[in-house]
Amino acid sequence: MVEFAGYQMPIQYAGEFGGISAEHQWTRTHASVFDVSHMGQLSLEGAGAAQALEALVPGDISALRPGAMRYSLLLDQDGGILDDLIVTNIGSTAGEHIAIVVNGAMKWDDIAHLREHLPDEITLTHQADQALLALQGPQAGAVLETMIPGTGALVFMSAGAFQWNGHFVWVSRAGYTGEDGFEISIAGEFAEELADALVADERVNPAGLGARDSLRLEAGLPLYGHDMDDQTDPVSAGLIFALSKKRRETGGWMGHETIAPILHGGPAAKRVGLIIEGRLPAREGALVFMGDEQVGKVTSGGFSPTLGHPIAMAYVAAAHAVNDTKLQIEVRGKRLDARTAPMPFVPHNYYRGAPK
Amino acid sequence: MSRYFTEEHEWIDVEGDTATVGITDFAQGQLGDIVFVELPDVGAVVDQGGDAAVVESVKAASDVYAPISGTVTEANPALEDDPALVNTSPEEDGWFFKLTIGDQSQLDGLMNAKAYAAFVEGL
Repeated sequence: MVEFAGYQMPIQYAGEFGGISAEHQWTRTHASVFDVSHMGQLSLEGAGAAQALEALVPGDISALRPGAMRYSLLLDQDGGILDDLIVTNIGSTAGEHIAIVVNGAMKWDDIAHLREHLPDEITLTHQADQALLALQGPQAGAVLETMIPGTGALVFMSAGAFQWNGHFVWVSRAGYTGEDGFEISIAGEFAEELADALVADERVNPAGLGARDSLRLEAGLPLYGHDMDDQTDPVSAGLIFALSKKRRETGGWMGHETIAPILHGGPAAKRVGLIIEGRLPAREGALVFMGDEQVGKVTSGGFSPTLGHPIAMAYVAAAHAVNDTKLQIEVRGKRLDARTAPMPFVPHNYYRGAPK
Repeated sequence: MSRYFTEEHEWIDVEGDTATVGITDFAQGQLGDIVFVELPDVGAVVDQGGDAAVVESVKAASDVYAPISGTVTEANPALEDDPALVNTSPEEDGWFFKLTIGDQSQLDGLMNAKAYAAFVEGL
């Protein structure tokens, strides 16, 4: 157990199916449940809530249909990333009711930022009593459809309200592993009952923070505070997709003035994937070299249980960030051979609808 | 042969002037799946409490300290091909390195098996 964002959380579970690699492999082949209740579940309510939020994030929020979700970024005046988040329209097409899920470690800062900059007519509520359980893996859809009929019809990045055992649950088809799966929001007092019911299915085992990190690294998903922070802009971070196309030009969101020229001129450095030769992983902070010249720095790294070799994310000078560039990483005085590689390292396996 | 333990979860087997060092079953359980072990070079001089090896698990890199001072005489070649030996046989086949014992009195401050078990129990 470790303290993370003020919560006691398991790095890994004990027992027959426990351990980071075992939990990781189980998630890739079956389904795992992660307790991610530390994450901040917020809601915005009031006429024009979606439009109001658009002043603070670069995504097209008012276009979200009811139940549709979008990955977005909270940006500061200088275009730095304050947090990454998932926005869902949980109301009508008018966009008067919006849910936001933010990083656990950043939620108090996010709440302060939103309260400061949103108009007073928009009510911000921190759903502090809601738990969040993530069910992730190729068998997640079948498992949850049995438990909560109707959830199987959700496609990736959509959500809806359901009943389970007489309790209200909000189910989102999304996650942080690259696999198909769900995040289930439920009142905290019923969370244990739901977690027990999930792991009672023989296809489901619990998984901890360690596997969550190795899974998201393989999936190429950046981790806030490591692969991006308020000193990083979305273009360098490779998150241009989070800047809705029409809003890149029109602006009207905090940070646009700084980011627009980077969008046009290109960033000085880019977040890239690195595949490392041998078995020695390069961790956060390891320096990246092209010959004698330091050209970058690792921001996340570890051993990929799926691929059987080390992988990393790094910021590398744009000139050396093109795919398949041979670079070296320094780890404890040794130079490891590495090459830039497209992400995800392991293909995503999202559910986008029944095959036609 | 006597086996001693440290609070840093290393074990050390003493046979005459030579000691064999590894990490305990408790330690490997905490580290999780080990993917790489960086061992000291033969001939390296290590100081009690100083860095001697590095264990890389899926999650993190962890230092392994020298339980006593001495000169490294052998590093376990099996760990290069099969670092997971540290998980499967931490206190036998998964040993890390052997060293000469520079100062026998340094052994006095270490724990025996019973004391180590009590120490782990208290964590």
